[in-house]
Amino acid sequence: MSSLTVHLPSKKRKTYTWLYFLLPSIAIMLVFFIYPILLTFFYSFTNLALTGESAKELKFIGLDNYIHMFQDPTVKVSIWNTLIFLFGSAVIGQQVLGFLIALLMKHKSKMFRRVIGTIVLAGWVTPEIVCALCLYSFFGDEGTLNSIISFFGIPGITWLYTVPMLTIILANIWHGTAFSMLVFQAALDDVPREIEEAAVMDGASKWQNLTRIIIPVIKDTITTNMMLVTLQTLGVFGLIYAMTGGGPGTSTTTLPIFMYNQAFVNYQLGYGTAISLLLLIIGVVLSLFYIRSMK
Amino acid sequence: MNTKQRNAVYRIMPYTVLILIGICFILPLLWVFVASVDSNAMQSLKIPHRLTGANYVDVITSSANQRAFVIGLIMSVGQAIIVVILALLAAYPLSRYQLKYKKSFMLTILFMTSLPITAVMVPVYQLFLSLKLYDNIAGVVLFYVASSMPYGIWMLKNFMDSVPNDLEEAAWVDGASVFAGIRKVVAPLMVPGICTVAIFTFSGSWGNFFVPYILLQNPDNFPASLKLYQFFGQYGMVDYGKLAAFSMLYATPSIIMYILSQRFMSKGFGLQGGTKG
Repeated sequence: MSSLTVHLPSKKRKTYTWLYFLLPSIAIMLVFFIYPILLTFFYSFTNLALTGESAKELKFIGLDNYIHMFQDPTVKVSIWNTLIFLFGSAVIGQQVLGFLIALLMKHKSKMFRRVIGTIVLAGWVTPEIVCALCLYSFFGDEGTLNSIISFFGIPGITWLYTVPMLTIILANIWHGTAFSMLVFQAALDDVPREIEEAAVMDGASKWQNLTRIIIPVIKDTITTNMMLVTLQTLGVFGLIYAMTGGGPGTSTTTLPIFMYNQAFVNYQLGYGTAISLLLLIIGVVLSLFYIRSMK
Repeated sequence: MNTKQRNAVYRIMPYTVLILIGICFILPLLWVFVASVDSNAMQSLKIPHRLTGANYVDVITSSANQRAFVIGLIMSVGQAIIVVILALLAAYPLSRYQLKYKKSFMLTILFMTSLPITAVMVPVYQLFLSLKLYDNIAGVVLFYVASSMPYGIWMLKNFMDSVPNDLEEAAWVDGASVFAGIRKVVAPLMVPGICTVAIFTFSGSWGNFFVPYILLQNPDNFPASLKLYQFFGQYGMVDYGKLAAFSMLYATPSIIMYILSQRFMSKGFGLQGGTKG
């Protein structure tokens, strides 16, 4: 940051005043944000641990953590779980459902939009631990969902054990869809009405109108929203941790949960940072992929 | 199916689908609401056995709960104030001066806003141990501030760009210092932006669970989010009424903040305008 320099075209300003303005925030970000990111790289090559032999001295162990990672079957399971969770709740769930709600709400009465919009928003505004509790009790053995289906004579299902991944995906959809809905509502309002009307005049069906007009017009919004939602979902911890704790077994262990377990339950901090680096890399790769597809 | 029928279906379908979605979304929420005033709350949504305020009274009168709420408020309010002040200062030169690497600096800031915090928590934990900040409420606030600085700077810089230079220059001519110019001219014109940033940082940390879960150890230091989780784990299976009442109380500030934010967010949720450098 020291390489920022000032051009003083016409107005006379003290040359380095800008530095004093930026310094406090840069300092705090450097110490508590950027430095830890750099530490992530560093620690992932060490045997950093909280207990045992290796807690006494920090040693460089080269790529051992990474080799360990590729041999660890739980890593593969966690990556797979993360991708399913990501695809199910972010791409399909929040993105498609949010778009669908926004699209269906278009041109509906204000009152109706308001009621449905508020209900969906409520899940978004609610803190994640409260969401976890609400959906935990919804899917619980004696929860609301089982009461409803038993009303129709279907025996209850132990949702959190039988289909744990589905429950956390639905929970994250419940919690996150409103964001995409708001984004798409704003984008759909910006689609020029004349284009749509012209297409309808030319005999375009509703489906053609959607795929040929609306989607191409809001393409950039779709990509940007996809990126934001993906990065958001990659980091989800509390919701899963409070609902299933990553289990039963490892069936809902996503990378953040696995990282937590390795670092704070098994006290293998070095290995934990290697996993968090993997998480960061997945985030960066997916972002680059989205940005590429935008051009 | 003739045209008339088909048109009728087209008209009714969106409503049906939206109402179904609405029902799915409202059921889990309705439970927490109803259970909190039910004297005999169960896991499932049901008509209350008897309406009662006892759950709320029990939660509010517990001194441990009061402590958790106060700590949570101190952390979130403290963070919001520090972020606004520091971000305003940082936004000023970024908005007003011609700096050479401004564009790449802003892009780095934008990139940092989207990094998942989850991924840096292990090294942050290690850092806090070595700085003796572990299990320290002020330490958690510092980390919260650092992690929301990028968002604060990005937002306030963009808001500041829309405040015209002339007013400030007029103040300088009248002998005001740069600081006085920011405090008395620029900041008052940016109230909507400042409120938006304050509200969003507040809600972000108020709802956060992972950061305090990693950085705090002593239950006496727990903010409301951790207290709720503790409650959930320990007595959750027994006392749904109290658990629901706690959740409702804990969710209230987030809801209030959201409603407040609606007043300030005139532009709504367009993503298009956010990318100008």
